Amino acid sequence: MTADFLLSLAQAITKGLLTGMVYGLMALGLSVIFGVMRVVNFAHGEIMVVGMYLAWMGFEYLQVSPMLSLPVIALIFFGAGYALQRVLISPFIGRPEHQQFLLLLAIAILLVNACLVVAGPDSRGIQLESQFDSYELGPFVFDAVRVHAALTAVVIAGLLWLFFTRTRTGKSIRAAADNNLGALVVGLDVRRLYAFTFGVGAACVGAAGALMITIIPVTPFLAAEYTLLAFVIVIVGGLGSMTGALAGGLLIGVSEAVAGLLLQPSLKSMVSFGILILVLLLRPQGLFGKSGP
Amino acid sequence: MSGARLELDGIGKSFRGLRAVHDVSFDVPAGAINALIGPNGAGKTTIFNMIAGVYRPDAGSVRLDGRQISGLRPDLVCDAGVGRTFQIVKPFKGLSVLENVTVGALHRRPALPEARAYAADILMQLGLHDRRHQAAESLTLPDRKRLEVARALATEPKLLLLDEVMAGLRPTEIDVMVTFLQELNRRTGLTILLIEHVMRAVMALASNIVVVSYGEKIAEGTPAEIARHQAVLDVYLGEAEPA
Amino acid sequence: MTLLARLTGGVPARSLWGLGLLLVLLLVAPALLGKYGLSVLILVLYFAFVGQAWNIMMGFAGQLSLGHALYAGVGGYIAAGLFFHYGIGPWAGVFVAVAAAVAAGSIVGYLGFRFSLAGVYFALLTIAFSEFTRIAFDHWGWAGGSGGLFLKVDATSDILNLRGGPLLFYYVILALAAGTFVLCRALLESRLGRYWLAIREDPEAAQAVGVPVLRCKMIAIMISAALTALAGVWNAFYYNNLFPETAFAMGRSIEFTLAPIIGGLGTLFGPIVGAVVLTGLGEIFTDLSEVFHISGLKQIFYGLALLVIVMYRPAGVWPWIADRFGFGEKRR
Repeated sequence: MTADFLLSLAQAITKGLLTGMVYGLMALGLSVIFGVMRVVNFAHGEIMVVGMYLAWMGFEYLQVSPMLSLPVIALIFFGAGYALQRVLISPFIGRPEHQQFLLLLAIAILLVNACLVVAGPDSRGIQLESQFDSYELGPFVFDAVRVHAALTAVVIAGLLWLFFTRTRTGKSIRAAADNNLGALVVGLDVRRLYAFTFGVGAACVGAAGALMITIIPVTPFLAAEYTLLAFVIVIVGGLGSMTGALAGGLLIGVSEAVAGLLLQPSLKSMVSFGILILVLLLRPQGLFGKSGP
Repeated sequence: MSGARLELDGIGKSFRGLRAVHDVSFDVPAGAINALIGPNGAGKTTIFNMIAGVYRPDAGSVRLDGRQISGLRPDLVCDAGVGRTFQIVKPFKGLSVLENVTVGALHRRPALPEARAYAADILMQLGLHDRRHQAAESLTLPDRKRLEVARALATEPKLLLLDEVMAGLRPTEIDVMVTFLQELNRRTGLTILLIEHVMRAVMALASNIVVVSYGEKIAEGTPAEIARHQAVLDVYLGEAEPA
Repeated sequence: MTLLARLTGGVPARSLWGLGLLLVLLLVAPALLGKYGLSVLILVLYFAFVGQAWNIMMGFAGQLSLGHALYAGVGGYIAAGLFFHYGIGPWAGVFVAVAAAVAAGSIVGYLGFRFSLAGVYFALLTIAFSEFTRIAFDHWGWAGGSGGLFLKVDATSDILNLRGGPLLFYYVILALAAGTFVLCRALLESRLGRYWLAIREDPEAAQAVGVPVLRCKMIAIMISAALTALAGVWNAFYYNNLFPETAFAMGRSIEFTLAPIIGGLGTLFGPIVGAVVLTGLGEIFTDLSEVFHISGLKQIFYGLALLVIVMYRPAGVWPWIADRFGFGEKRR
């Protein structure tokens, strides 16, 4: 173990932590939706990719930095998610899993191919002015864009935390997530709550998309990968647990970065899936989940 | 062999440190109808689940005809000769009433036509024959309770565990069920252990009653003895609806 | 005769006649159809066959697998690899391929069922194993790695090595699809089949009436994996190439699930009807989108079609057809 190696390992870990925060934000959306509605959003990665494309278009055509377009995107996604739940998903709540799966698969196909039609199959990235900036802390060097993205993700997660703990709607959503039947019994307006939840989940993932585009370029083919990634993170952290989603994001972010360093970059998701299999078998409720499936 | 069909010997079960059942022992003689009563949450269903193999007792043992069955999987307990119903009914919703019972009958009659014929016969006895082609999920609650009994009977058990099959039934329906069980017991000698809140049914059916409260057995005796038992009266004061 | 009687018991005569007519039509179809028509029919039969195999897991036993590409991929790769490296023909290699897929299915099934994973959790486990294997094959030299494995395209017909034109592959896939259809009917009309349905509806209640749940689920995944591996072998020799990116892709697994879900889960005709609908729509949309020259348009039509089907026929197309035209089984 040379000092050089240790340094690059530490670099990889911090890089993983930074990316992991954005992953966590993305997974948070999936977790919130599942926790409240028991619907597995198989179109999650597709929604993420749409967010990335919107941020890219804002930058490309309107010269708006993703950090600035992020609130707008989140707002649009909230509205779209709200409407999507009301119009399409609502009748499927409580239906057999395979029917929900087919519905969301159809939505996923539509979203990703809409991106393909509009933006084409080529990868689309953005060059921020801060692209090559970095922060130095002792021997460590951090990419500025990654730091900005991670910090923004943390701020958004903090805002969400305030929303879930301080506002009436947020508390209702948490109550519904903790005890689905209980929420029905105490007479919360479940239909509105569900739509609101899907809106919040979509806003999370849309924001994550706006942040992610600053780190890597987007192609339509990323969508399926992100859906899987979100699943892995959320299961590892604990489906329905918000802390779990964030912690799972960090864990998977770090494991990807370290696997990329120690093994080959192409093997990095193999490690993630390995972790997923272990967690599913040994602790299916996830690292932060309360009860089993 | 002691002549007992079912012997519970000091069984106990805790869930996450919470003691649900502690040191419960009693026998059910072959050919008898006995009852297990007690307030809600007393541990009756937990005792059933230990007999049926859903839970493994932390302590003690369960024997059927002298053979230890505690620790066996539920399907092997069924194989050994225990049929059970669920308090919260669990029909195979998407299957027809006949197919529900056929699944039970297949256990001892592997050929589908024979199993189906046997199942139809049981449905006739329980008055469900007219509804045999309905989907189980379309049945009313009383019919679902009957379906539970029919499906358990189709496995041809030596011991039948009935978990609140009278709950939700109208008085006339209770009488029909009581008569059916008495008749079945007389005709086939089937041993029955029932958990029941409907005292009228318990008093009419059971030759012996075990009372549990807070996971422990507090009394055992004939219906007449139990009706006079002070500890039981204390537990039940204002609890059970008088029959 | 008794077996035949058991298989046909309760089926209305018009359904049996319809089935017979369908089989005759399929047998003579190559003479009636052109090259294009035959290639479409081959696709229909392929998806009907592999859908039938998946249906055993989900439609019968109620276990949602979204990783069936694993079994097709393992099967296809092994048969193709044996032929490519050692000249072992697929008629022999298929046994190794099926055995390997059954072994893979046993591992996934045992781990999942032993640890009582159900629903989405089990589905994610199947995805994870499939993805894990995909990346492993990406780095496995024997299988050609990410560059893929290519079989020599041979114009001369060599049935012993499953080399030949579309006609050969048509009859092979027809035999597989028809055989599996009969097998599934036999399974459904057996104790095992009824036990599967009971497990699908309520595993706890099933176990209480003596159903050995773990064993029945294991048999389901093993049969399903074996049949899916056959589809994988056929597919590898039909297309003559294999890439981990496509062979083990989640998209491939999802493709396998669509025909039975759209046709009608748990029904024998569901996968067939679903395969006809999906392949038909796919061909129509391909033609349509060629008019507009926009990539992705075909998939958008496809997604819209799925959306309409799942919204208006959530239980599948076949139960609705069977009801309307009286093809359903008589009540006994």
